[in-house]
Amino acid sequence: MVSVLLLFAPVAAALFVPMLARRVKAVHTGWFVLAVPLLLFIYYLGYLPSVSDGRTHIAELPWIPSYGISFVSYIDGLSLLFSLLITGIGSLVVLYSIFYLDKTKERLGNFYVYLLMFMTAMLGVVQSDNVISLYLFWELTSISSFLLIGYWYTRDRSRYGALKSMMITVFGGLMMLGGFILLYLMGGTFSIRELIGMAPELVQHPLFTWALVLVLLGAFTKSAQFPFYIWLPDAMEAPTPVSAYLHSATMVKAGLYLVARFTPIFAASELWVWMVTSIGVLTLFWGSFFAVKQTDLKGILAFSTVSQLGLIMSLLGAAAGAFHAEGAAGTIFKFAGFAAIFHLFNHAAFKGSLFMIAGIVDHETGTRDIRKLGGLMALMPVSFTIALIGSLSMAGLPPFGGFLSKELFLTGMLSLRQLDLFAPASWGTILLVAAWIASVFTFIYSLYFVLRTFTGKHKPDELPKQAHEAPAGMLIAPGILAVIVIAVFFIPNVIGKWIVKPAVAAVQPFLFDSPAAVDVHVAAWHGGLTPELTMTIGVVLVGLLLFWLLPKWQGLYGLAPEALSLNKLYDASMYLAEGGANRLSRTYMGGLIRNYLIYMFTGIVIIILGSLVAKDAFAISFEGLSPVGPAEIGLILVLIAAATTTLIARKRLTAIISLGAVGYTVALLFVVFKAPDLALTQLAIETVSVALFLLAFYHLPKMSRHDEKRKFRIGNAIVAGAVGLMMSLLAMSSVSQRALPSISEFYKETVHSEAGGGNIVNVILVDYRGFDTLFEIAVLSIAAIGIIGMIRLRLTRKEDGHEKQ
Amino acid sequence: MEIIMSVIIGFLFAGAVYLMLSRSLLRVIIGTGLLSHGAHLLILTMGGFGGDAPPVLTDGVTDFVDPLPQALILTAIVISFGVTAFFLVMAYRAYQELETDNMKLLKGNDEYD
Repeated sequence: MVSVLLLFAPVAAALFVPMLARRVKAVHTGWFVLAVPLLLFIYYLGYLPSVSDGRTHIAELPWIPSYGISFVSYIDGLSLLFSLLITGIGSLVVLYSIFYLDKTKERLGNFYVYLLMFMTAMLGVVQSDNVISLYLFWELTSISSFLLIGYWYTRDRSRYGALKSMMITVFGGLMMLGGFILLYLMGGTFSIRELIGMAPELVQHPLFTWALVLVLLGAFTKSAQFPFYIWLPDAMEAPTPVSAYLHSATMVKAGLYLVARFTPIFAASELWVWMVTSIGVLTLFWGSFFAVKQTDLKGILAFSTVSQLGLIMSLLGAAAGAFHAEGAAGTIFKFAGFAAIFHLFNHAAFKGSLFMIAGIVDHETGTRDIRKLGGLMALMPVSFTIALIGSLSMAGLPPFGGFLSKELFLTGMLSLRQLDLFAPASWGTILLVAAWIASVFTFIYSLYFVLRTFTGKHKPDELPKQAHEAPAGMLIAPGILAVIVIAVFFIPNVIGKWIVKPAVAAVQPFLFDSPAAVDVHVAAWHGGLTPELTMTIGVVLVGLLLFWLLPKWQGLYGLAPEALSLNKLYDASMYLAEGGANRLSRTYMGGLIRNYLIYMFTGIVIIILGSLVAKDAFAISFEGLSPVGPAEIGLILVLIAAATTTLIARKRLTAIISLGAVGYTVALLFVVFKAPDLALTQLAIETVSVALFLLAFYHLPKMSRHDEKRKFRIGNAIVAGAVGLMMSLLAMSSVSQRALPSISEFYKETVHSEAGGGNIVNVILVDYRGFDTLFEIAVLSIAAIGIIGMIRLRLTRKEDGHEKQ
Repeated sequence: MEIIMSVIIGFLFAGAVYLMLSRSLLRVIIGTGLLSHGAHLLILTMGGFGGDAPPVLTDGVTDFVDPLPQALILTAIVISFGVTAFFLVMAYRAYQELETDNMKLLKGNDEYD
């Protein structure tokens, strides 16, 4: 219960932020905010001992019990790792933002409210055991990310980036919801733990593949996998603390979390292994290749994030592949899951610090353009050191954490070659080669990032500001992360025992039944030239050579036409969707009532005639009909003549008079058909109606007083004829197929005894069915009031009058 | 008789629809008038024309015309009259304000043609 409420602690704290931001001007609001993630971080640290023993903690708060929807805080190795990342890096980011964002120039209240909202959302995503509340928090991360990217909303690029990320991640989120609903239909529960327990039955279900693809779409869009990565580089318009927090360390890992969390369910499917691994490797390759093209510091880091996320994704695929390998726990297959979690941890550390450095460079020099930067080493020695540590870790060099995770990654990729899921079998090798080439590019862009910024010639003329070292407070957070990066290299097994192994046990329950069973020992030196080490040496040598030759081949990127890029594709599809919908609705929404009436009448005719034909419902029978008398025939002929005159009349007056003739003939028909009350009413009303028509006719404007010639329109005539035919056929069918006798016998028998009246129609109107009459009176009153209103109320005239005065 | 009336009703409906599709506002309203006549006759026809006497208790008569459709039509006549009167005054006001009764010109948005 308490741990569920703690999920909402950040958003509850956010309620007080605007007040603090407005009232307490002297202190930067961030200092108050800092307490929230810090306290939560310490709280979650307390779970480490029990979770590393393999215990899990669960707390539940019912939300919609009748549908089985509740807020659940489920803490196992995986969710604890993420919770620690979210709160730990969250604390550092808040600390960094205190020095990054100006107290007087920025709207701090908004910033910290969005950030705290994001923190709740993210904690909710990783701790929810209920898929519906997981989805709720998932969309909340999209929304708060949207708000944070658009933080400087006066800039066009910010709004564009925010909208783009929203479109793509919400698309994926909705797909994921579809996948969750399918899982519910298959398993009958929203709880992930229970679904995992049912995994063997779920695999047999025909909907299984659909659920798999939909859940993966959600994960791929959120984690910026190919081809959905395009929103991430545009999200770099957010303030740098946001980029560091959301778009490198936490939110983009939500997709990875999702894949890891659902691996126990979907690993049995070969499609899952295949898709996750190959999309991961493709993203890894694509992102690392295009990172070298970027000239913006944050652009490089964005593509690098894409690439590293692909790396982790491919490892998760390999970890799921272990399900299909015989005796995987004893072979090199066991490394993939460990490598994924280990690199996830490392990446959060070094990428967070690198973003903060990019922000510092931007803050202190006024630009992030790598072409204007250079030679900052002597001016900003501390930043340079931190950047170097982060970059070399990213490149995978010792003595940094990245080296270990890169070695483990190569081990994981090597294991894929032994997997017989891939047909043809050479797929495993292709993936390995692609991963190796991607590592070379990773090495190149890591050097490119740090060396182009800090070494070479200093160009003070091109910088908007005089470059100098950042204030100490700004360097604390990246400094701490850099220390972690180095520490990971020296104590990998401590981190492995406390943090990584419990998470691996949660991802691969089919291999390991407890964290202690994960017998992976990480060592920097395996005492020999292992294949992994050989590959790393190859990466360094080829990488150095290519980096040295960089100016010679960087022009290669100019060859691919910009128009074919995925961004252009996205823009074009957005434009097409918008413009196409506009053009489409312009074609049929012309504004002319006649056209709309034609649509309606045609629709009605098609539906009714269609169902008459399809259901074979038309019938005509001449039995039981009443006889035809001469009076009726005469009146009908008059009626036809009058109606025809209405149609062909050239003058409006003729049309009005003949409509009156129709009305009086109908009244006479009522007489013939023995309906005296109807006849009376019809006569009276027709008279008033004709008078009203004449009034309207009299007031016709002068300009159209001349009676235009009525043109015969064949289209109108066809529609009209079809409607008439439809009504005739309907009327004949229903007269001929009467199913039940009338209920009027009751009225006829009881009109005197029960109601005490003689005129049955009038008794029905005021006694049996008096309510109809009541509201019919209401209709008349409303019409009368409306008419008075229309005639008396002249608001537009008054306005005009005022203007004239 | 019922079959003949069905044909007549179809004719009234066809004429009404044709008028409603025309350009002049007055003709549209004439069309609605014709349409309501058609509908009223339809209700009466569907009730059947059986029975000897009007539905008013008279000594010695037992076979009355079905009174229920008549009551329904009476309600419908009054309501359609209310609506028609409202429409007519609305058309009259439209003439006064806009000085046209051409449906082609009576469009909300100048952007379209």
